[in-house]
Amino acid sequence: MNIDSIHNGIVIDHITAGKGMKLYELLGLDKLDCSVAIIKNVHSGKLGKKDIIKIDADIPVDVDVIGFVDPGATVNIIKDEKLSEKRNIEMPNRLVNVIKCKNPRCITSTEQELDHIFKLTDRANNVYRCLYCETKAN
Amino acid sequence: MRSVIDIPDLSLDELKELIDVAMDIIANPQKYAEACHGKKLATLFFEPSTRTRMSFEAAMYELGGNVISVTGAGTSSAAKGESMADTAKTVSCYADIIAVRHPKEGSAYVMAQNATIPVINGGDGGHSHPTQTLADLLTIYREKGRFEGLTIGLCGDLKFGRTVHSLIQAMSRYNGNKFVLISPEELKVPSYVKKDVLQQRGIPYEQTTDLEGAMPQLDILYMTRVQRERFFNEEDYLRLKDSYILNMEKLKNAKPDLAILHPLPRVNEISVAVDNDPRACYFKQVLNGKYMRMALILKLLKEAQNEH
Repeated sequence: MNIDSIHNGIVIDHITAGKGMKLYELLGLDKLDCSVAIIKNVHSGKLGKKDIIKIDADIPVDVDVIGFVDPGATVNIIKDEKLSEKRNIEMPNRLVNVIKCKNPRCITSTEQELDHIFKLTDRANNVYRCLYCETKAN
Repeated sequence: MRSVIDIPDLSLDELKELIDVAMDIIANPQKYAEACHGKKLATLFFEPSTRTRMSFEAAMYELGGNVISVTGAGTSSAAKGESMADTAKTVSCYADIIAVRHPKEGSAYVMAQNATIPVINGGDGGHSHPTQTLADLLTIYREKGRFEGLTIGLCGDLKFGRTVHSLIQAMSRYNGNKFVLISPEELKVPSYVKKDVLQQRGIPYEQTTDLEGAMPQLDILYMTRVQRERFFNEEDYLRLKDSYILNMEKLKNAKPDLAILHPLPRVNEISVAVDNDPRACYFKQVLNGKYMRMALILKLLKEAQNEH
């Protein structure tokens, strides 16, 4: 399977197989006009299988979202078809308006103007909890 | 501005300070009779409550302060769609301290973030009810004289019971305590409480469905009501509501100095006959709640005054 290389843009590599679509949705890549490729189940020496996302435009990418979904992923910035920068991904301590609290009893379910904020409560197990009701993020 | 939304907001030293002040209030009530003269407590209760609201109000009156209040969402601007944030800012213009109860979890936090005066959480849905835990702690202290080396049985609805989660959180900060978690399978303590609190701190605990079997080892028995308002499904509530009823027969193998606590209101989970047993402490607990709320109001008003 061939996907053209990109001239100027972003490659999100080493995504845990199966998490590519979630990243695509949470990063809002569906709203872009440029070419975006999600390649699933690519053979990987390190991971066995991985997903890759290629974005054919130099757009700002929310690394907090990537850190939340898959802190093992890497972000490569491509300029003139060459790797110009490799960004390290870390789990963010806070996530603001990335995901919504699903607890129907949470105050965010009725107070529409509130930001949906989650805080990292267990780094070892990648657990985020709602700042307001402490419900675990799925 | 300092507020109290959850029990971990208070350090162990601060809990001791509150207990000491409450004990002093009990011993010398006259000393505190004008302590909050000229101050106003706003009680904002958007959910039915008898004892918590009355306890806050009685606490403020006994400190020589005044109370202004809103009861029920239907009689406030919340019914017109006013946000918690706006309510907090508005009430801050009228009062010196707020006690709030609201059915939504996290509501007290939102109020504290927007108020310019201290906020005390009087219960935010199934999430947290710190002043009930303060009442529980003073009761344990007065009955047992210590917070360490106790075997604490918690019985009934351990899943939705916010007072249970707070008490586990509070008592697991002291050394040598053990928990016995007694509930039907469907109402067990949530795994995050066991994992994040008990297992993380290495606190011994056991889970059982057998109240009588657990009874002989207990120093404290904390009974809870299966709360109708926490269920989305009436069938589940009806099936589970009578799971545990404490009566004199079940107490026959209990320690003579057992302390029986209950956050109240009681429906039928403690037989009325138990009320006459000297081990029944749940009405003393109500009184202790008022003393601890007095101590907390005093502390937060003092801190607010020092900030200005």
